[in-house]
Amino acid sequence: MKEFSNRYIFIFSAVMVITVATLLSLAATLLQPRQQKNLEIEKKKSMLESIGVPSAHETTESLYEKYIKESFVLNSKGEVVPDVDAFNVGLNIELKKPLEQQYLPVFNAVPDDGEKVIILPVEGKGLWGPIYGYVSLKSDMNTIYGVTFDHKGETPGLGAEINTTGFESMFIGKKLYDSDNFVSIGVIKGGSKRDDPHSVDAISGGTITSKGLEKMLNDCIVKYNDYLLKNRN
Amino acid sequence: MSAMDKEPMFSAKNIKLFTAPLGKDNPITVQVLGICSALAVTVKLKPAIVMALSVTIVVAVSNVVIAAMRKYIPDRIRIIVQLVVIATMVILVDQFLKAYAFDVSKQLSVFVGLIITNCILMGRLEAFAMANKPWPSFIDGLGNGAGYGIILIVVAFFRELLGSGTLYGFPVMEKLGIYSTGYQNNGMMILPPMALIVVGLIIWFQRGRNKSLIEKK
Repeated sequence: MKEFSNRYIFIFSAVMVITVATLLSLAATLLQPRQQKNLEIEKKKSMLESIGVPSAHETTESLYEKYIKESFVLNSKGEVVPDVDAFNVGLNIELKKPLEQQYLPVFNAVPDDGEKVIILPVEGKGLWGPIYGYVSLKSDMNTIYGVTFDHKGETPGLGAEINTTGFESMFIGKKLYDSDNFVSIGVIKGGSKRDDPHSVDAISGGTITSKGLEKMLNDCIVKYNDYLLKNRN
Repeated sequence: MSAMDKEPMFSAKNIKLFTAPLGKDNPITVQVLGICSALAVTVKLKPAIVMALSVTIVVAVSNVVIAAMRKYIPDRIRIIVQLVVIATMVILVDQFLKAYAFDVSKQLSVFVGLIITNCILMGRLEAFAMANKPWPSFIDGLGNGAGYGIILIVVAFFRELLGSGTLYGFPVMEKLGIYSTGYQNNGMMILPPMALIVVGLIIWFQRGRNKSLIEKK
């Protein structure tokens, strides 16, 4: 092997790094619109899942148009904030703001059974990273119509089980309120009592994710308290 | 031009570069490299196939790039250069998957990024591409990627069939009407330990057929 001078090595590294950087930023910029579109579809897809409408990548957009009727943004007092697009509100950004300035998105949907459903986004912390999802409530603003959860990088087989149908279906029919008091849904290690309307079973081996999920539900939905109480029927 | 350049593109030697990793020089079953990802992405056929293709592309292209630059790469920083080439390729593949195969990229999640740490890649660059011309390096990369991929696909075939009763998402077991006989899916097949056991069975089978692989005492 030929000996190379230090000067050569420095120039070689510099050229290499600049070439690679150009290549990567070019790829990232050119592909960004498509990736953005995919994320958008993904978001619509999970919203539809929370009201029990399965969709494939291609059909998501049209189904979203069909089922999601209206969307708006609330402030922490439960008043509608005009001129804000609820779909583009990023919950991860909102959660960093002080409570008074946070936007709280609400989506109204009507699934096939004619029930008027509202969909609320939730976001919190799992064990390794963010967990998020959508909770849909029946028109009594109390009973859970459906949920969908997802995660960035929870352990497969353990914490990652939160996005399985088996786990999500336990939430259906559970209740957020005990008369007028917000109690949320507990995620109970060792199993919840069968007739308890305020809890579901935790995931074995996924304790921290389960706890995070419980906290996420409580923290995110309690902010809608005023709105939910006002609009129940 | 030297005599080496006149070697036909598909000479016996070059073909062997491709076929050896498929069998007696297989990166997973013989060299026992890349096991981590082999366990992780083989629950279903689809991610296994995409992973196999991604690794094949990355290792083949990185091999060519390194082989083309091999005379200009300073010896002292060669490992860094190899890593940079691999990392760049992997990020490009990841970006393309995110743009054109979003569902698959979601299923593969961190494992695409982890291609970077797949020992097969560094192994081929260091052992082969640094000392060979681009064309043989390309074939060597394809061969090793395919050798890795074929094991992934075989493992995923059995795990998906026995664990979920489907093949590439198609409900084979249900269509065959096997469930009515009392047959049930084996949940254990979905869990990582079974991947290791299936790989073990393949190694056993391969060594049973090819005695030259068995170490002498």
